[in-house]
Amino acid sequence: MDVDARQHFADLAAAVAKNRDKAAFAELFDFFAPRLKSFLMRQNAGATEAEELVQEVMVILWQKAHLYSPEKSSLSTWLFRIARNRRIDASRRRRNDELDANEPLLLPTAPPAPDDVLENEDREQIVRAALSTLPAEQVTLIRMAFFFGQSHSEISAATGLPLGTVKSRIRLAFGKLKTLLEKNGVESAG
Amino acid sequence: MRETAQRASGRNQMIEHHLDDDILSQYSAGTLTEGWSIAVASHLALCPACRSKVDMLDSLGGYFLEADDGRASDVSKSWEAVKARIDAGEVDNVVPLKVRSVPDRIYPEPLKRYIEAAGGLRWKRLGSGAAQMLIPTGDATTTVRLLKIPAGQPVPEHSHGGLELTLVLDGSFSDEVATFGRGDIEMADDNLTHQPKADLDKDCICLAVTDAPLRFKSRFMRLIQPLLGI
Repeated sequence: MDVDARQHFADLAAAVAKNRDKAAFAELFDFFAPRLKSFLMRQNAGATEAEELVQEVMVILWQKAHLYSPEKSSLSTWLFRIARNRRIDASRRRRNDELDANEPLLLPTAPPAPDDVLENEDREQIVRAALSTLPAEQVTLIRMAFFFGQSHSEISAATGLPLGTVKSRIRLAFGKLKTLLEKNGVESAG
Repeated sequence: MRETAQRASGRNQMIEHHLDDDILSQYSAGTLTEGWSIAVASHLALCPACRSKVDMLDSLGGYFLEADDGRASDVSKSWEAVKARIDAGEVDNVVPLKVRSVPDRIYPEPLKRYIEAAGGLRWKRLGSGAAQMLIPTGDATTTVRLLKIPAGQPVPEHSHGGLELTLVLDGSFSDEVATFGRGDIEMADDNLTHQPKADLDKDCICLAVTDAPLRFKSRFMRLIQPLLGI
């Protein structure tokens, strides 16, 4: 996804926030809803659970678009986070049977300092740049292990690679990514 | 400055004990269950270094989300449902965010909301001055509890049937591994037998998440364990 597309999504989100623009919202829904659903189902959410979460995330986008700041993250990263946070406490909310219209519960709520904002913008660019330098096979392995949450044996079954190979290649891929990110100034907790 | 305020517990050194990359990745991707996520989110609220790592992982997640072609999933029903809710004006009643201007001195925000949902802090005595509070979650695979250990007191020596995450919220404790102060998190598994002891200066309050009962070395502790709910 290039910088123009990122700006385009940010503009659409701004139109939703400021003008309650339904056409802009429809375009965002068309792009993100199928992707969110397919992501949640790859993580073994049932079709119904996935649909419910997608609806929740998209309703939050409609309600809370004014809280999205393009200088802090791409819209994709913002929505990814909301989906994650809603999923973590979905069972709690179901149990309490409450309509929780508040911010995603588990988002740490420290207000960003001005230098954080700059750092966040750079981070997003750096992650994308780093990924583009990795061989496609390694990106696929990172995607399966991290994004889909698949175990090494599941990845082995899906790719036909022996388990030992899967393990060592994932370690290699994450290691390379980490080196690239650290070289580009993304700090590590050590 | 923010961290200084959050760590205002009399101790002011940097956080030394962090979460590993594996659990941070699982948290970011949303594959970690609720119980563990509470401990991770609470540590993140106190630890800028781990927060920075998760921000990076979240950006990776955003990238993969965009890169998916989404062709495999039909969302037409969801579109109808969302559109109906928006057209009905039902979701335009935006509830203002409750922003706490003064952060709690001990309990970081993600945890504070769980304590409030449980009806506020309610300590249950465990004997010899120690106390606990079970935090209700929707996650049946973990037990989430607050522990208060009086200054200078040990927790009976135990090992772990599974993983134990212990986040220090106030005071400090030491075990065979190290000393843990506010914001520090210890990841203990079945390889570790330890006897944590609260340091002398003040009572130690921790958030502890486990996925199996602790294994106490003492026969007496094993006997009363079910009564205490540990």
